[in-house]
Amino acid sequence: MLQQLFQRSRSVTTAAALAVGLTVAAPAAQAEIRIGFMAELSGPQGPLGQDQYDALMMLIEANGGKLGGQPVTVIREDSQLKPPVAVQLVDKLIDKDKVQIITGITFSNVMMAIHKQVTDRKVFLIGSNSGPSPVAGAQCSPYFFSASWENGQQAEVMGRFAADKGYKKVVTIAPNYQAGKDFVAGFNRQYKVKPLLELWPALNTQDFSSELAQVQAMAPDAVFTFLPGGLGINFIKQFNQAGLTKKIPLLTASTTDGIGLPAMGDAALGVLAGTFWGPDTKGEANAKFVRDFEAKFKRIPSQYAAQSYEAALLLDSAIRKVNGKLDDHEAFRQALKAADFDSIRGKPLRFNNNQFPIQDLHAFEVVKDDKGRNTLKTIATPMVDAQDAFHEQCPMK
Amino acid sequence: MTSLFITQILNGLQLGVLLFLLAAGLTLVFGIMDFVNLAHGSLYMLGAYFAAVATQATGSFVIGLILAVIATMLVGVIVDRLVLSGLYARGHLDQVLATFGLVLFFNEMVIIFWGNSPLYAEVPEALSGTVPILGINYPAYRFMIIATGLAVGVFLWWLINRTRAGMLIRAGASDAPMVSALGVNIKLLNTAIFALGAGLAGLAGVMVAPIFSVQSGMGDSVLIQTLVVIIVGGVGSIRGAFYAALIIGIVDTVGRAFLPLLMMQLMDPSVAAAAGPAIASMLIYLLMAVVLAFKPAGLFPVQAR
Repeated sequence: MLQQLFQRSRSVTTAAALAVGLTVAAPAAQAEIRIGFMAELSGPQGPLGQDQYDALMMLIEANGGKLGGQPVTVIREDSQLKPPVAVQLVDKLIDKDKVQIITGITFSNVMMAIHKQVTDRKVFLIGSNSGPSPVAGAQCSPYFFSASWENGQQAEVMGRFAADKGYKKVVTIAPNYQAGKDFVAGFNRQYKVKPLLELWPALNTQDFSSELAQVQAMAPDAVFTFLPGGLGINFIKQFNQAGLTKKIPLLTASTTDGIGLPAMGDAALGVLAGTFWGPDTKGEANAKFVRDFEAKFKRIPSQYAAQSYEAALLLDSAIRKVNGKLDDHEAFRQALKAADFDSIRGKPLRFNNNQFPIQDLHAFEVVKDDKGRNTLKTIATPMVDAQDAFHEQCPMK
Repeated sequence: MTSLFITQILNGLQLGVLLFLLAAGLTLVFGIMDFVNLAHGSLYMLGAYFAAVATQATGSFVIGLILAVIATMLVGVIVDRLVLSGLYARGHLDQVLATFGLVLFFNEMVIIFWGNSPLYAEVPEALSGTVPILGINYPAYRFMIIATGLAVGVFLWWLINRTRAGMLIRAGASDAPMVSALGVNIKLLNTAIFALGAGLAGLAGVMVAPIFSVQSGMGDSVLIQTLVVIIVGGVGSIRGAFYAALIIGIVDTVGRAFLPLLMMQLMDPSVAAAAGPAIASMLIYLLMAVVLAFKPAGLFPVQAR
């Protein structure tokens, strides 16, 4: 019931009030902290934002409606994958709801639209998914922290993996738009050999038979793809039906994530994925997160949930450090930068000069878990303490 | 290179027959009832959803297929009687607006029923392998799609050219008021045609469920391609829809595969790399523009309108 209420109510969710059963009025001395959560919550991309939201609220609920010992109110907004909508919502969150922190943000086009708007208003922005390269580079801001990654990194780790494996001939497949180009560029930065063939299907492609035939004709050592959402589900199924999964290693980034895996079925088994986190990542903090999330939501958390949970842990630690006094921006920023908590990354979270994580990046394989569900299993860690490729362009020290 | 070409022709055929299944229903409704039904793509989506659910529940692809097609026909008839029949007499703009509303309605409805995450449908065990043909391995399931599409083509040819119902359909396409004046229950005929179209759209949805991701909005992009097919083929013409669907399917697939390579040969690689994929995905629209310029009524127009 409580969970339903969280999912249905569109505007204001007073987590504190709900968690204590609407009975106790907060003591006047304790200033309430107001957090705006904005993500893609409707349409085909809705499950991503939903996972981000669920993980954030799970920690707040577990803490009795508090972060860092302070009661918090979360105002939930759906940016609908429309940058103009997101810009208006940010104005509303800052001017009307008086939020001190905004977190979430699923897609890069939304992030690019609101990053400057939020940070110029001196509101802290904690990204829990998208990390476009300008935000990591020249456009970096002391008010922005990423709990996830710079966009290219998940592709870079697959590039390094391909180089480590000594693959000579690689075909890349990505949709013909900016993020597609960025991911292939990220792959190439670490792979360092020119791919045999680069394929750029349209962003609304459903049938990849044309691309798959070319892959078959080339007989490469490996295929690298970045095909987010429904694109990836279509592609993985068709790659399998063409009998290629067993023949050619398929390296993916942002394609076989926790959201799409159930819909891919057995077709995804054996596919490789690169990212910073999986359900089996080491450490007690992560084990607890995965356990709690599964118990509450009856599904394996995706990395979107993990990133958002990490953002919640980060806020929890920083708010505790400054004792809820968010008005001193520099002190709060230092508290965030210290990242003094048990990270789900399996080792302490460290921020680079651009306030993006310095982190290990792993290679995963899609396997069945003991309940017969698709999940990701760590098979290698090609990049240890990796820094994103754009941090040097950020003037912050 | 030849084996690649054969594969791409087969892929094009397979896309073509899928488009034909969709276009056949749409072109009949458009041609005979003079009704623009944008919700045709939603019926395709529903077919895929029904197939995914029914296959999961029964464990049999064939039973899932039959149930899904029947269910889609039922939805088609209900929508026709409840919503669309009131719009037949109105102008095209009203029809477009109302059926676009239906598209939004169905896209949200499947989310309410089955959630936001895509559904999974499996390729039936017997067709999960590949078939060797002319030195290449082609997925067996896609062969089945081609065979089904061609069989439906033959069935429709028989239905329209060799049966009394078909004669009425042809007569309706040429001059509906006259058919009505001769004492034919045009309303019943319309509903039957609509049900047939819905069933074919549902069948297309069933066919793609194991290949594509079954999710809200999956009918939207395919509807555009279907409209291209019926415009190229000539509105109201099943024969036109058949040939145009195959042409569009093959042009789209072969173009996507070979145009970028061809452009690599002809011009600067960096320009070709940027322009090739973009132009390849535009190819079918360029084709439509050319057809409209030279044969405004389409390649196979219905005679004597």
